[in-house]
Amino acid sequence: MSTLTWTAVCAFDDLLPERGACALVDGRQIAVFRDFDGAVYAIGNLDPFSGANVLSRGIVGTRMGEPTVASPMHKEVFSLVTGICFDDPEVVVPTYPVQVRDGRVEIAA
Amino acid sequence: MTNRRNEDVVMPATASGRAKGQGMSRVVVVGYGPTAHRFIETMRSRGFAGSLTVIGEEPRPAYDRVALTTYLTEDASLEYAVPSGITTRLSTRVTEIDRQAREVVTLDGERVPYDTLVLATGSAPFVPPVPGRGRAFVYRTIDDLEAIREASLGSTHGVVVGGGLLGLEAADALRGLGLKTGIVEIAPWLMPRQVDEGGGSVLKGHIESLGLEVHAGVMLQSIEADTVLLADGRAIPAEVVVFSAGIRPRDELARAADLEVGERGGIAVDAGMRTSDPSIYAIGECALAGGVVYGLVGPCNTMAEVAADRILGGSSTFGGSDLSTKLKLLGVEVAQFGAMEGALDVTYMDPVAGVYKRLFVSDDASTLLGGICVGDASPYTSLKGFVGKPLPASPSDLLFTGGGLSLDLPDDAQVCSCNNICAGTVREAIAEQGLTDVPSIKKCTRAGTTCGSCVPMLKQLLEKSGVEVSKALCEHFDYSRAELFDIVRVRGISTFSELVSTVGTGRGCDICKPAVASILASLNGEHVLTGELAALQDTNDHFLANIQKNGTYSVVPRIPGGEITPDKLIVIGEVARDFGLYTKITGGQRIDLFGARVEQLPQIWARLVEAGFESGHAYGKALRTVKSCVGSTWCRYGVQDSVGLAIALEQRYRGLRSPHKLKSAVSGCARECAEARSKDFGIIATEHGWNLYVAGNGGFKPRHADLLVSDVPTDELIRIIDRFLMFYIRTADRLQRTSTWLESLDGGLDYLRQVVVEDSLGLASELEAQMERHVAGYFDEWRAVLDDPDKLRRFTSFVNAPGVPDPSITFETERQQIKPVLIPLEVVRS
Repeated sequence: MSTLTWTAVCAFDDLLPERGACALVDGRQIAVFRDFDGAVYAIGNLDPFSGANVLSRGIVGTRMGEPTVASPMHKEVFSLVTGICFDDPEVVVPTYPVQVRDGRVEIAA
Repeated sequence: MTNRRNEDVVMPATASGRAKGQGMSRVVVVGYGPTAHRFIETMRSRGFAGSLTVIGEEPRPAYDRVALTTYLTEDASLEYAVPSGITTRLSTRVTEIDRQAREVVTLDGERVPYDTLVLATGSAPFVPPVPGRGRAFVYRTIDDLEAIREASLGSTHGVVVGGGLLGLEAADALRGLGLKTGIVEIAPWLMPRQVDEGGGSVLKGHIESLGLEVHAGVMLQSIEADTVLLADGRAIPAEVVVFSAGIRPRDELARAADLEVGERGGIAVDAGMRTSDPSIYAIGECALAGGVVYGLVGPCNTMAEVAADRILGGSSTFGGSDLSTKLKLLGVEVAQFGAMEGALDVTYMDPVAGVYKRLFVSDDASTLLGGICVGDASPYTSLKGFVGKPLPASPSDLLFTGGGLSLDLPDDAQVCSCNNICAGTVREAIAEQGLTDVPSIKKCTRAGTTCGSCVPMLKQLLEKSGVEVSKALCEHFDYSRAELFDIVRVRGISTFSELVSTVGTGRGCDICKPAVASILASLNGEHVLTGELAALQDTNDHFLANIQKNGTYSVVPRIPGGEITPDKLIVIGEVARDFGLYTKITGGQRIDLFGARVEQLPQIWARLVEAGFESGHAYGKALRTVKSCVGSTWCRYGVQDSVGLAIALEQRYRGLRSPHKLKSAVSGCARECAEARSKDFGIIATEHGWNLYVAGNGGFKPRHADLLVSDVPTDELIRIIDRFLMFYIRTADRLQRTSTWLESLDGGLDYLRQVVVEDSLGLASELEAQMERHVAGYFDEWRAVLDDPDKLRRFTSFVNAPGVPDPSITFETERQQIKPVLIPLEVVRS
């Protein structure tokens, strides 16, 4: 098993609770979210329904307890854990390993 | 009050050498009415072993006064059975309490010793000091009734003075004795303590249909030999006159014994029914408990039980009682429970059937406060238990269904009279098309689309068909937006976290968060990006710009009334040119600049703010624009200054967050060039002032606005718009435009006019004050962002590369302007 390569993208404090931000990692747009309890998640920023790189600007919430983001374009809801779209479970956005180390948010992409 | 323990009362440790122990203690009751009866009954049933003596001035044991009327007509025995082991002294009047000796003294000088004395002396009818009062009767005891019966022999007419509960009973008694009976009531309607004006008028209809005459709102002047004279000069024939104008507590014994009495009568007692002398209790109509004298059987019985429990060493208390009543008078059901007023109320009235029902609810519409029923008391039974508790359903539904009223309408019963739709048609549509909510019923059947007054019936038909109508906003809140608005307002909640943790579940979603953000903005007026509020906002509000299909944003500076100076117009042009923005004039007389990336927004706005522009709130569920025609300043047809008014209105309501966007327009004459009747609130000038139209819509479902008021001066116009907008903001559902909101209001336009013009809910000043707070608290959101480095931080495309523009955003050129190039879709499917 290859070891993950972590890239620090920002300080944990740069992320607002229940809001996302977009990081550019090797040319890829990755949406990073911090939830209410301080957990962080990373998914692709591209909204597969609109084709725009906007998922990081969606509203963060929960669906039956699972952390979610709603696309700001047409409100499709995605799981932050699995990337699966609640409104159309066949549509999935990529998810990325993410961790907080020494107050920095790191993504393996 | 003394600190002596209860045991001391039961087993007084006095110097007279009485043996201790309950078995030896002597309890004496003065007065032998229903309350005294309940007291001795309770004492005996709980095994009191001491001596129990009841002294009553009437020649008979206690009897059921509530049923007095039946005594006359049915000659029924009303007396209660005397419990065993009680010493009763009838026809005996107590004249003095010797507290020192602990004895009561009777009229013929006998002294009866007590360890514990219970005063249950009741009350006496109040006889107002009018000339001729000596000729009149009162209605309280069996002896009173006998006297009335005797007098009515050979008489033809009777009058009862007092149209309260007892008065109507007395009137029923006179009627039963064959007299043509009139009722004189000083209040404007009958039973003023139990029902309101509407209920009073329905009640009057019932009473008059039985052949009784009602003279309300008039005072009795005097009683002559065969007539009574009223203050308004009328003379009413009456050989028999009965006073039933209220009761006065019989507290004379207590007064003479220096016990504490109330300013307006009544023997003062504590929660354990104890008077200012620890060995003397007072119960029933003579007692003043918590500042109230109770004249109803229920609370009097409770007092009797509390006193008995205390004397037996218990600690129960009388915490007051509501004066709820349910009775059938003259064949009419009358009920009243809980409070007789509330911030909000819902009324059902059917003058034909003689039914009147009204429920009072708290100002957040969540708690039942009370109700009034005439003609159908069924809600009393089912709803009395909900007083002070959350409403089990919406007030209107409760009036229809919660009262056990079965409204199983026959299929051919008309539900919507505006569109002639029958219940069967609605049921069929629900069943065959699987409809689950009122809007879809409206769409399929047209029922409820005109005046909206049948919407509650539509809801009910849905419910009866087994469809559960949910008003829950989303999975996180079981409340509608209007309910959440009131919860936030009443509890003074300022954050989403507080709201969701107290009345919701989870952490919200894209439905409830913007809705709560809007509520908080309407109520608190804070900047939408302040603290936790920022996380609630849709991307438009979060970046204070409108997202477009390629992820860029558009910018709309406010141009009030569509009036702009050439210099400002040039600034907009320069900004658009310098940032390469696509430029288009909107339908609302503004200019929209497209294609800005998030990191460009603050730079663009720095230029605009410097030139004197403010946010146009094109991104918000908020007031957008008040467009106008040229108006009387330039137009040869104009009759009023439409531009001036449009600017004034736009500046008044700018920044006002609402359930959905708000659009407005002002036309300077009836030609209506500003298309005001397609707006949420549109104003059209008249020769004499302004006509205000509301709830218009262009959009998906065009609707012409309805005329709310005509020919009003400017200040009144603004006052009514203030109320209209705030009432909408308070009560509309999420994303409900004024047009659908009006259609969903029970009672439709008439109801709206009652509330915002005639102030039927008494809300007007509150709504106006709320708008004044908005106007006074307004600030430009974009200027505030530019002044705040924290708020500015979010305006970057990449958190790890702040200066880098999003490389996926590209444009091509069309008609000399930019046009987005869209990314080819690569949807990943699992």
